[in-house]
Amino acid sequence: MDRNRLHNQVASMRRSLFDQLEELQDDTNPNFVQEVVTLFYNDSTRLIQNIEQALNSRPIDFCKLDDYMHQFKGSSSSIGAKKVTNECTAFREYCNAENAEGCIRSFQQVKQEHAILKRKLEVYLQTVRQASQTA
Amino acid sequence: MNVSSVKGSMSISSSTSTWKAGDTISDQFPAGLRVLVVDDDPTCLMILEKMLTACLYKVTKCNRAETALSKLRENKNGYDIVLSDVHMPDMDGFKLLEHIGLEMDLPVIMMSADDGKQVVMKGVTHGACDYLIKPVRIEALKNIWQHVVRKRKNEWKEFEQSGSVEEGDRQPKQSDDADYSSSANEGNWKGSKRRKDEEEETDERDDTSTLKKPRVVWSVELHQQFVAAVNQLGIDKAVPKKILELMNVPGLTRENVASHLQKYRLYLRRLSGVSQHQSNLSTIISAQDPTFGSLSSLSGLDLQTLAATGQLPAQSLARLQAAGLGRATAKSGIPITLVDQRNIFSFENPKLRFGEGQQQHMTNKQQVNLLHGIPTTMEAKQLVSLRHAAQSVGNMNMQVPPPGPQSSQNNPLLMQMGQQQQQQQSRGQILVDSTINHAPRLSSMGQPILSNGMATNVSSRNGIPENIRAPGYSQTPSMLNFPMNHASELPGNCFPLGSTPGVSNLTSKGAFQEDVNSEIKGSGGFMPSYDVFNDLNQHKPQSWELQNVGIAFDSSQHSNSLQGNLDLTQSALGQQGFSSGQMNGHNRSAAVASKAVFSTGDVKELRSAQNVNQHLNNLLVDNTIRVKSERVCDTSPANIFPDHFGQDDLMSALLKQQESVASSENEFDFDGYSMNNIPV
Repeated sequence: MDRNRLHNQVASMRRSLFDQLEELQDDTNPNFVQEVVTLFYNDSTRLIQNIEQALNSRPIDFCKLDDYMHQFKGSSSSIGAKKVTNECTAFREYCNAENAEGCIRSFQQVKQEHAILKRKLEVYLQTVRQASQTA
Repeated sequence: MNVSSVKGSMSISSSTSTWKAGDTISDQFPAGLRVLVVDDDPTCLMILEKMLTACLYKVTKCNRAETALSKLRENKNGYDIVLSDVHMPDMDGFKLLEHIGLEMDLPVIMMSADDGKQVVMKGVTHGACDYLIKPVRIEALKNIWQHVVRKRKNEWKEFEQSGSVEEGDRQPKQSDDADYSSSANEGNWKGSKRRKDEEEETDERDDTSTLKKPRVVWSVELHQQFVAAVNQLGIDKAVPKKILELMNVPGLTRENVASHLQKYRLYLRRLSGVSQHQSNLSTIISAQDPTFGSLSSLSGLDLQTLAATGQLPAQSLARLQAAGLGRATAKSGIPITLVDQRNIFSFENPKLRFGEGQQQHMTNKQQVNLLHGIPTTMEAKQLVSLRHAAQSVGNMNMQVPPPGPQSSQNNPLLMQMGQQQQQQQSRGQILVDSTINHAPRLSSMGQPILSNGMATNVSSRNGIPENIRAPGYSQTPSMLNFPMNHASELPGNCFPLGSTPGVSNLTSKGAFQEDVNSEIKGSGGFMPSYDVFNDLNQHKPQSWELQNVGIAFDSSQHSNSLQGNLDLTQSALGQQGFSSGQMNGHNRSAAVASKAVFSTGDVKELRSAQNVNQHLNNLLVDNTIRVKSERVCDTSPANIFPDHFGQDDLMSALLKQQESVASSENEFDFDGYSMNNIPV
């Protein structure tokens, strides 16, 4: 019962969170979504840190910032994190305008969205773990 | 595929599973398509890999551009298409794109979360065959096979257009084209749909020929045999069947010969067109040499190849001559070869230059459209320039023959060049392809030019230049490779022409023939390029031809800018060691053109002969790509040539060049290519 419930939970979370990723998962690679999510999770955390660092340094290297953000945007869009992606776009605009203040503000938004996403991901991963344990 | 396609509506998956009978990829096409995906973002990489696998492709992933390049290099025929991210930490995606285009001539698709117009445009100009915006959806990946098909088709088409003898092939091809391009054919790739039509067979044949045929490598020897057979039969009477019989090469099919013949005819046509402007050719040839070098670099001919080409030149020259003679009215044999060589060189870049340089060099202002035989989809002027280049090349070649010793030298060189060209061609092709990609027009032009064997020339150039120029031909090869080898490879190719006396020959205008010889040498490769062309169809290397064409376009376009730059190039060339003075005025123009081309990108860079060469090459071919290769060659200096020379710049430069008659013929001559400087 518990197992089923957990599994269902996982499945529904997956569906709601990653519709495309879900499609990609199949029998040959049952943990695909999980792997990707984990990857993204780690990678994005690292990126966020880098961006933060770059933002805190003076003078701000907008080029680098843009690079980081571009990468971050790419991976979050690939995983389907729409909100994060949108914030990234906004950030990049500020970055292009070399608007330090705007960048910082926008980055806060990015971080926020990312935090929300991270939480969701964490819950997802946890549920997956639980499901696999009970399985 | 044939069998499976018969199945009709099967979906790709079903058919592929059935097809996966250990056939070549083409059989299961598009399933089993060998995709190389490069992205530094691990998340994206993983997702892409999964999606591609879901599309039933055979996926290889790398997270670094260098890794990808080395994988591609060690297994040149191991991949069908490359997907690359734009932003990567170790190497810019566009740079990688250029490399691939030059060296392997594979279709490359760029990806990025960046959907800005500039970036996408950059992708186009650098020769990407598509640009996907991240997040990439699996639907978008389902259709990437179309680029592979299209490319192969285009290769065929070029020949077709040039008046291929194989009418029959054309028919199926055309129908195939339509089918290929339609993504709806996905499942029916092999034309299960087409099956239904009467073209079924032809389609199949087409598919077979384009997709399944194992690539025949038209080595220098093979090409020589081919040419000998053709000459024996008489160019007009040479039919594939008879040629095949004469050649008596086991494993060679009539189809191989037919396609090769097509290319050869195009090549000859070009030569004959060029020959009209013999004078131009000669100049061009000399001028081209430098370009050659650079062109050769296209394929990144290694020194070895270069050395090989050295031998070729003579042979190729001979061949070219034959070809040229057949076509070219004016020059006797070699000049054409030279020209061809030049053309080849210029294939990528020089090609255009050739025309331009030639024009200028040749003293004929008129622009000989190298592409005389080539379908002129290109803009008029481009064609003209190309044509000129072609013609000049042809002329040059023609002229070259006269110098006896040299010719002989050249021929072998040419021959070698051919070989090298092939290598280079692959590079060149890459370039060309890139060029072609960039400019559709170019492609058409490029192709014809290529067919002329310019492509080979280019490649051969690399090899040949060395031979021709100096006793130590090794240099030329570098030159040739110059354009191609943007990366390190060029150095090898960029054989320091300057150092080789042979090179100086080229430069010495006085002896146009000498130049021609050198040209021939370069063109020696030319002939081979012809082969390459054929190979193109079959191999990537052949793309050289295409590239050349592209280059031609570029050059023509850039001729304008070239003119201005010619001076620069001249100086640059001078550095190269080409005795600019030597180069005839014709060459000069070519040189100028090339220079101009270069200058467009980088005036200062032009100063360095090497750069110039490079630039020229780049200009001709594809600005960015070529430049790169050239740059590499330029051991020295300033390889400032901007790798991303920007096609536009090149084009304009080329165009300018065309206009300016001769500013620096000499310079253009190898100087442009700065073979000397070409870092090997």
